[in-house]
Amino acid sequence: MAYPDIIGKSVPRVDARDKVTGAAKYTADLCPANALVARVLHSTVAHGLVRAVDISEAEKVPGVEKIVTCFDVPDIGFPTAGHPWSTEISHQDIGDRRLLNRHVRYIGDDVAAVVAVDEVAAARALRLIRVEYEELPAYTDVSSALAPDALPLHEEVSDSNIVKQHIYEAGDLDAVRSRADLRHFRHTYRTQPAQHCHIESATSFAWMEGGKICVVCSTQIPHIMRRVIGQALGLPWGSIRVIKPYIGGGFGNKQDVLYEPLNAYLSYIMGGACVRLEISREEVFTSTRQRHAEELDYQAWVDDKGRLMGRDVLVLAQNGAYASHGHAICANSSTVLRDIYNDELATRTEAKTVYTNTGTAGAMRGYGIPQACFAAECMMDDIALELGMDPIEIRKLNMMRPGFVDPGTGIACNSYGLADCIEKGRELSRWDEKRARYAKPQSGNIRRGIGMGIFTYKTGVYPISLETASARLVLNEDGTAQLQLGATEIGQGGDTVFCQMAAAASGLDFERIHIVSFQDTDTAPFDTGAYASRQTYVTGKAIKKCGELFRQKLTERAAARFHRPAEELTVAGDRIADRSGATVVTLADLAEDAFYALDGSEHITAEVTSHCTDNTFAFGCCFAEVEVDLALGRVKVLDLINVHDSGTLINPALAAAQVEGGMSMGLGYALSEEMLYNGEGRLLNGTLLDYKLPTALDVPDLKAEFVVTDDPTGPFGNKALGEPPAIPVAPAIRNAVLQATGVAFNELPLEPKRLVAAFSERGLI
Amino acid sequence: MLQIIKLTVNGKPCEIAVDRRWSLAEALRQALGLTSVKKGCEVGECGACTVLVDGKAVDSCLYLALWAEGKSVVTVEGLKSGDNDLHPIQKAFIEECAVQCGFCTPGLIMSAVEIVGEGRVYSRDELRKLLSGHLCRCTGYENILNAVERAVREING
Ligand code: FES
Ligand code: FES
Repeated sequence: MAYPDIIGKSVPRVDARDKVTGAAKYTADLCPANALVARVLHSTVAHGLVRAVDISEAEKVPGVEKIVTCFDVPDIGFPTAGHPWSTEISHQDIGDRRLLNRHVRYIGDDVAAVVAVDEVAAARALRLIRVEYEELPAYTDVSSALAPDALPLHEEVSDSNIVKQHIYEAGDLDAVRSRADLRHFRHTYRTQPAQHCHIESATSFAWMEGGKICVVCSTQIPHIMRRVIGQALGLPWGSIRVIKPYIGGGFGNKQDVLYEPLNAYLSYIMGGACVRLEISREEVFTSTRQRHAEELDYQAWVDDKGRLMGRDVLVLAQNGAYASHGHAICANSSTVLRDIYNDELATRTEAKTVYTNTGTAGAMRGYGIPQACFAAECMMDDIALELGMDPIEIRKLNMMRPGFVDPGTGIACNSYGLADCIEKGRELSRWDEKRARYAKPQSGNIRRGIGMGIFTYKTGVYPISLETASARLVLNEDGTAQLQLGATEIGQGGDTVFCQMAAAASGLDFERIHIVSFQDTDTAPFDTGAYASRQTYVTGKAIKKCGELFRQKLTERAAARFHRPAEELTVAGDRIADRSGATVVTLADLAEDAFYALDGSEHITAEVTSHCTDNTFAFGCCFAEVEVDLALGRVKVLDLINVHDSGTLINPALAAAQVEGGMSMGLGYALSEEMLYNGEGRLLNGTLLDYKLPTALDVPDLKAEFVVTDDPTGPFGNKALGEPPAIPVAPAIRNAVLQATGVAFNELPLEPKRLVAAFSERGLI
Repeated sequence: MLQIIKLTVNGKPCEIAVDRRWSLAEALRQALGLTSVKKGCEVGECGACTVLVDGKAVDSCLYLALWAEGKSVVTVEGLKSGDNDLHPIQKAFIEECAVQCGFCTPGLIMSAVEIVGEGRVYSRDELRKLLSGHLCRCTGYENILNAVERAVREING
């Protein structure tokens, strides 16, 4: 389909100028200087009951205004996931959080909070609070948490430590198992806990005004935040006002409600005084969210041509101490296995999400798919190696094809660029030549290989949850317009592409659309926010509908004032034109008249809700060429190429930038990032120095490429883009290392210690 | 605990009262409202708080405000020329799509100003090393390197 020229144009970001001049304001930049400072006291035991909290010494610290403990806060359980609320009780998120906890479930859990006049007083007071715990057995991994005699972490949720589990079965797997002519493969793949590492901490400040608690916070989900704060405090949701300024990255961590309800509560009990709660980087590591560590016990039965006949996969997700997103992420891990590949005869997946006494896992870019994709793509190469097949050929034989419909969710493959992505990657990476070259026997300390991996990713959450978005366009007196959304800019470039879409749909010049970047839940139209790579798709539909309505209202006004039939008129950039292209009136004159005409003023606005009942699959692949130094256990990535089918690209330059960022996150996941816990459940590397996310020195030149398709369900042919780039990189690198060394690493990350151990075990060094 | 220090900030001489315990980052943010100075870790790990002190890029979270006595400090707020034109590095960051969430951006731009100030051209690998004290989670550094490379070329090439 042909879209207006502004679609597909790499206009500069609308927020770039403010961000390079320092004019862009983030939460901490807006906090009044005289705000009180809150700090949180965290549990030092992984599992236990708080017997007593002695605050007598802490209270004496000059400057301390208030200390609250787990015995003072309301006993209200609340959920934290950034999911749309469900009006059906059975589908509601698990409300296993309290503002502060008497039953502490991980090292870093929240026991008490201090409010003081400054950081120093708050920190001194924290050190003087004495907590007496009755320790309980700590289950710091999935297997100990699942032991039959393990105490349930959340009795009210479940009488075991299984948050939730489900099984999917299609076909007769027993028949497949019993076939002697099939090859059986079974491997266990493990992924590590990892963290988002947005450079801005999780931070907020709150005060009361007009009978409302106002909370300015760094969040991806302002409207959901408002609801959860209301739930946590037992207050009507409308009595909470959430304001979201620019945010310094989120990647899913801020698709969760973190310390904002506690912050709101502290202001509330301080009589509405402004209280700031900014947690430290170390607290971000220990006490916010992380990517689920998952273990996939993966079995596959294939015929001698490499066709998958059946699979049986058990997915175990370590969820940590609280439910957060509950089972949704692990469920997503298991669902994608049947989407990306198809079994000829039978498929079985079983998924279990397990509470443990470690930091809580939640949403992180890719929402369970990077873990599953790692396993699926490792298995494909492991099978290909055994059968002597080319990794691309075995994938082509088994991967999703056009017309696919997921049997459980009904999500259909509406547009399909997967095969073309692979072909493009194959060419750009010079796969055939390099694969053949590196297949020849290699000797010496330095070995080279090339590998690849593919993925699919849904666009939004329908039909698993509600998908809704609203948009508002408001005319200014000079014929420009404000675009107001509940959807959030979180660094991905949302605001820019929203303006492009609004221009395309309304007919206004791009420059005439001004986005209101900050969300204030008192005035912003409702939208559930930035997650599931949904906004260009779901919010995009709302913007399209809104822009069209705005165009109609403008032409109707012009028609009435100039006595012309409305259907002959249209909006053309800065004016209303007729069919011949002649100017009927400029938008500036039309607007001035609309605002001030003595014989009929009208404030022209358009506001719509788009209830979305579509979803669609995005695709892509990664090709990685590596050089492995056996003795050092070091993997150097020589070439890294991602090719994506995200439908039509609204802004190709921003799309490429988004892919590059995801690729580096995938690279860290592959090679260096891991949250290390000791046996007691203590995080050992919770700083930006010890947690190894890539620096500019660790990243090769990144090649982001696209195959453009036109998705019939997308507002402008577009589909998911934000999260997918992080997905296929780790398996592509792992598979390249497999070719280079012959060693199949089934556990992430591929860091030197693990590599050296494996290479020495196999006599390579 | 307050103490008066005299320093030059973004070209203007000023006298500010600082808490002796404050870092330069806190002083710039709290006493002067220069909120481009971002705090990502406050312990010298991320580079978000980078400013120039007498032309050298420093992590202002690790630099006591008192040490800035008599020194000249520059933040991104001080880069615009008199007619409000952006610095070539700022322009390069916009044109190369090197800005996403923007939280690392002011610090990176200040390091780039220092790099450009050396008056020479650098290889991409040299730039990788020079920028490796800055963490950026959004961009994969690709466009940041492109932007700095471009600015270096335009100014010193
Ligand atoms: S805030 Fe100064 S280096 Fe991170
Ligand atoms: S642009 Fe977000 S951290 Fe660099």
